Amino acid sequence: MAQTEAFSVPTIDIEALGLDEGGLLLVRRALAALPAGERLSVRGRAPEWDLQLTAWCRQQGHDVETQVLADGVLEAVVTRGPWAEGRWRGALDTGHSRLAEGEMPAETADPAWGLAARGATVEAGGPSIGFGLSRRDDLWAATAGDLYRQAAAAQWDPETAIDWAAPFDLPPAIEAAVAQVMTYLIENENAALVVPARHLGQVHPQYREVQQVLALQCADEARHIEVFTRRLGLRGQAPRLSTAGGQASLHTLMLAPDFSSATFLLGVLGEGSFITLLTFLQNHAPDPVTRQICRLTARDEARHVAFAMAHLEHRLAVQPDYQTRLQNAVEQRHDELADTAGLNEEVFDALVLLAAGDLNPAAVARGHLAVQQLKLDMAAGRRARLLRLGFAPAEAQRLADLHTRNFM
Amino acid sequence: MGAVAYAPKVVTIWEGFKAWFAQQGFAFDYVLYSNYEAQVEAQFDGTLHLAWNSPLAWVRADRMARSRGQSVQAVAMRNTDCNLRSVIVVRADSPIQSEADLRGRTLGVGAIDSPQATLLPLHHLRQAGLTGGEDFTVRRFDVLSGKHGDHIGGERDAAKALIAGEVDASCMIDGNHLAFGLDGTLPAGATRIIARTEPYDHCNFTTSPDAPQAAIDRFVELLLSMQWDDPQVRPLLELEGLKKWKPGRTEFYPALATAVDEQGFYGPDGSILRADYRY
Repeated sequence: MAQTEAFSVPTIDIEALGLDEGGLLLVRRALAALPAGERLSVRGRAPEWDLQLTAWCRQQGHDVETQVLADGVLEAVVTRGPWAEGRWRGALDTGHSRLAEGEMPAETADPAWGLAARGATVEAGGPSIGFGLSRRDDLWAATAGDLYRQAAAAQWDPETAIDWAAPFDLPPAIEAAVAQVMTYLIENENAALVVPARHLGQVHPQYREVQQVLALQCADEARHIEVFTRRLGLRGQAPRLSTAGGQASLHTLMLAPDFSSATFLLGVLGEGSFITLLTFLQNHAPDPVTRQICRLTARDEARHVAFAMAHLEHRLAVQPDYQTRLQNAVEQRHDELADTAGLNEEVFDALVLLAAGDLNPAAVARGHLAVQQLKLDMAAGRRARLLRLGFAPAEAQRLADLHTRNFM
Repeated sequence: MGAVAYAPKVVTIWEGFKAWFAQQGFAFDYVLYSNYEAQVEAQFDGTLHLAWNSPLAWVRADRMARSRGQSVQAVAMRNTDCNLRSVIVVRADSPIQSEADLRGRTLGVGAIDSPQATLLPLHHLRQAGLTGGEDFTVRRFDVLSGKHGDHIGGERDAAKALIAGEVDASCMIDGNHLAFGLDGTLPAGATRIIARTEPYDHCNFTTSPDAPQAAIDRFVELLLSMQWDDPQVRPLLELEGLKKWKPGRTEFYPALATAVDEQGFYGPDGSILRADYRY
């Protein structure tokens, strides 16, 4: 394509390129560089190209006249119509794509911004898309972008990250205990997948970093479900008992009244406790595969907890009285679960057995002591996180103790 | 106003325009028809004050009015209704170079009632001395007849038949020739245009004989005031395929009227003559 300034009318030569072979792109680009009302001369040699150009100009609202030049070449002179500018009139500004250091996205996200990339200019008149989470302080975390990048870099492939062929042979009672613990872990991870997934679809794309963190959180949990399931069946075991009390506890997470409360109950308290549990299993698991799984999943859970903490820190900084709502959420969940059994006996016994490694009384005593210590460690962790969120020490202790006996 | 429901978007378009007219303080409503024949007839029984008519429906309404000593007017049209052409396309490697080479061949056309893909191309060939059904075989790709070719399925089927070698040439409107090239229905470089019709016009708002003039004037005034810049109407204009409304004109319809007579589609009074026309 040659572009000249003959007779002061910009001219392009599309040579033998048909308009339906890419020629339209050259015409569009040349016209876009001109103000409305200006003319563009187009020359070409493709058969009947002028007919297609005329049809296209009619659709686009450009005037066009064609003539055969002295050298036999067909020329079309297109006068640019004013229509393309219409889309920019009254268009909506959606903020900055990349946030500067300390910069936050918009305080509220306009439904009319729809699915546009943050930073895009949105044509007026488009659909209003209702996202339930469209106020920044309801979901924002200052470190969301960093946590997303860490999560993206830390994704692991269950196939290669774990040595599934590592040799081990466990007594049937111990293998059965592993199967029971895995059954329990899977249903907890189902909750940890479903809860953020429900919120994810409600996050306005203005808050891209949070959307990305939640998406990877879901991917993490999907992977955890896979590896726990795979370990469960590795020696031919089938999933074991899922109790009403355990499910009731997880169900309350799905009923949390808003994103912040759900993130608090699931992330700060539940997954926070789970890190301690997974670390316990990493230390006490009887086989190398389970130990590897627990090490990798605990690493992912730590990121989830970090996001939950960062979000609650933001929320409480802008809305200090929200602390009362969090207290209420813990108390309400405790009341709802008061009549349930808490951690089922099978899981408790399985944890004791894994820590014991044997059924003789001395070993069981050791195992029992280890699980008691696990519970204390979990509660201490919860208390520490509550203190970091600004709860007074006594209140932090009280809320840490009110947390579900089901751990998550 | 009457409109033909040739696609689901017709409801979106006229509901949107109805709301816009209401905002301007103008009471407007529409009635949808499944075919243009019923719509044009409703223009003469007092049902409609005006109709959004295909060019063929305009020809019929004009004939029905004249035969009754009445008149109808084309009061507005889209910028995209003006100066269309239809083309006759062959495969690039075809020996057919001109209209005359179609003798003894098979021509794919659109729906029986499509001005752009059937009536006008056949008229063009007749002017070149070739009569469909006598000098060459006409293969019709009838999709949704009664909708006067608004549904482009017939044109697309004829184009596909050309590529598949089932017909020697096919007819389509110039805009669809480009669209079929862009969407791959007609692979780039696989076809060649051997003929183009004279320019003609497409749809218009046709008044009914007894339409109240003041209401029609206000309707047209508001219609012409619609701005592409207005985000409320722009999506509707895009759906309807225009950038701006223009005052109606009728000087580019006579070729179609001639085609209608040549092919025995309507009588001078607008009666339907073709026995094989189903709508």
